[in-house]
Amino acid sequence: MSLLDMAYGGPSLWAPEWLPRLPQRVVEMLLQHYDTPEWLVSLAGFAVAAATVVAVFLSAFALLSLIERKTLARIQNRLGPNRAGWFGILQPVADGIKMLTKEDIVPAKAEWFLHLAAPVLIVVPAMLALGVIPYGREWVPVRLELGLLFFFAVGTLTEMAVFMAGWASGSKFPMLGAMRAISQMVSYELPLILSALGVIMVTGSLSLPDIVAKQEGLHWNVLTPWGLSAALVFFIASIAEANRCPFDLPEGESEIVAGHMTEYSGFKYALFFMGEYLGLFAISGLFITLFLGGWQAPLPGLTVIPTWLWFFAKLVVVIFSHLWIRGTFPRVRIDQLMRFAWLCLIPMALLTIPAAGIWVLIGGGLLGWLVTVPLLLIPWVVLTTIHNRRLAPQTRTYTFAD
Amino acid sequence: MRISGKWRGHPARRLGSGQDARATARWSMPGLGLFKGLAVTARNMIQSYYRKDRMTTVQYPEERAPISPNFRNFPFLCYDGDDPVAGLRCTACSICEKECPPQCIYIVLDRDENGKSLKRPKVFDIDISVCMNCGICAEVCPFDSIYMDGQYEMSTTDRFGGLLLGLDRLAKSADYHMQLRPLEASEVAARRKAEEDKKRAAQAAKEAKAKADKQAKEKAAAEAPAATIGKGEPA
Repeated sequence: MSLLDMAYGGPSLWAPEWLPRLPQRVVEMLLQHYDTPEWLVSLAGFAVAAATVVAVFLSAFALLSLIERKTLARIQNRLGPNRAGWFGILQPVADGIKMLTKEDIVPAKAEWFLHLAAPVLIVVPAMLALGVIPYGREWVPVRLELGLLFFFAVGTLTEMAVFMAGWASGSKFPMLGAMRAISQMVSYELPLILSALGVIMVTGSLSLPDIVAKQEGLHWNVLTPWGLSAALVFFIASIAEANRCPFDLPEGESEIVAGHMTEYSGFKYALFFMGEYLGLFAISGLFITLFLGGWQAPLPGLTVIPTWLWFFAKLVVVIFSHLWIRGTFPRVRIDQLMRFAWLCLIPMALLTIPAAGIWVLIGGGLLGWLVTVPLLLIPWVVLTTIHNRRLAPQTRTYTFAD
Repeated sequence: MRISGKWRGHPARRLGSGQDARATARWSMPGLGLFKGLAVTARNMIQSYYRKDRMTTVQYPEERAPISPNFRNFPFLCYDGDDPVAGLRCTACSICEKECPPQCIYIVLDRDENGKSLKRPKVFDIDISVCMNCGICAEVCPFDSIYMDGQYEMSTTDRFGGLLLGLDRLAKSADYHMQLRPLEASEVAARRKAEEDKKRAAQAAKEAKAKADKQAKEKAAAEAPAATIGKGEPA
């Protein structure tokens, strides 16, 4: 079979569904054509698949850095970046050039190796996590049986990198930022994982493609009472995990300069941002996979559109809601943050587990709604009300001022 | 609506209107405020695309906001007419130089070859790297010559020469002053015109008087030629 025949070979090669895997399959076919050993073919295939994901999400990161600024600007009735290129479209390029040409400063008190390793380490887990998410029916970079477990295991590495950055910088603001980051991330990791347990129970699998396959035909997990509750907990916890407003305390520029990134400059600083945005993509991708039906089209008639486009459409919606939240809410205080995680999110995440169990036992339907809705709604209302009252400002008596 | 005892004197009551205090006092769905906030920002974002009054950004190098007549920074020297040398109001009296708190004005009086004052500056330098924009020079000037400018784009790559303004850069026409601060400039112009008119009227009166005197004397001389013979002609 000649290369030309191969290129026009199967119709599936050029099908839109297979488009994101085109480079991988072309490389595999080429290598097979030249009688390369099987292990090398699959290795090269994986490398190209990984490169595709990295390329897609790095360009998405560049685009998001612009869109975020534009969206926030519009929320604040400003124009946002509009100087570099048409509507500021070249702003990410300008930022990149600026970051690359800046001086790289390593403080005298820093432990230079850890200081160097932290920004690299923060990007790696985010990229690894992106590798297991099913972006389309045919586009799953790595099909892991324990994909969800892998995602969480790798995701926690980010905390290590953050702490590494804070410790290695050898000054106080980074240290404070890192300590905040650790307490925050450890607290929010719990509700994040607990709220995913319901999905695992219902699906009976830790494999992300299986979880998506189970939600076919608008049986999205978010459309069940336990799923909605778990999705809410997961979403809030994912904001905290992604270190974003209103839970961006580790950065807290009004209090501790830039937290763990204070002593970083140039491209190392950019890498932190890259890691944060890739982490945001990853956690949003997981949110979509677990609760929003992954790459499933909302209506059966809409399946003509390739599944990976559906995934990215949902990703746009989720990311936009993150931007919207960032443009709306002020940063919370550290005690508010911790109290909210331990007194509200974790109990609710724990409650979604029996709710999901009852839902599976009853088999959904009207009875399932009747049982699980009160089971979840009443604790939600009670917990958030208690939470509100505890945080109401106390009457302050001034000794000297009045 | 009455506010129950528990909430009386509560900071939340004092913060906003009574409406807010009632909302705090009554139970409301937790998280409702979050959605209200989201609605506010959504309205901001959507309306920013079609409501021009929301977008107040002035895109600076291309557009400029009009400066207020009260805007004042570095001084300039005013001249009448078209010639910045001949029309310069400054008489090099050096009052501004002496009054300037940071001593950023440097004046050299112009003299002719005999050392007689020409009542104009040969050198008038203002070092705007020293100037603190206080406007005292403009206040003390008795000749309506020095005023505060509205120019704010003064950056230069030459921090010595570029920030030392000489006569060539300081002298600006009275028309410019009128454009910059019409109220002040028209008042000054009216005052100057009145003074000028008064001076001219006095001059005219003086001339008229001299002429009348001369005529009277001539008349007297003609009427009584014998009596005035031998006396000199009046000046």
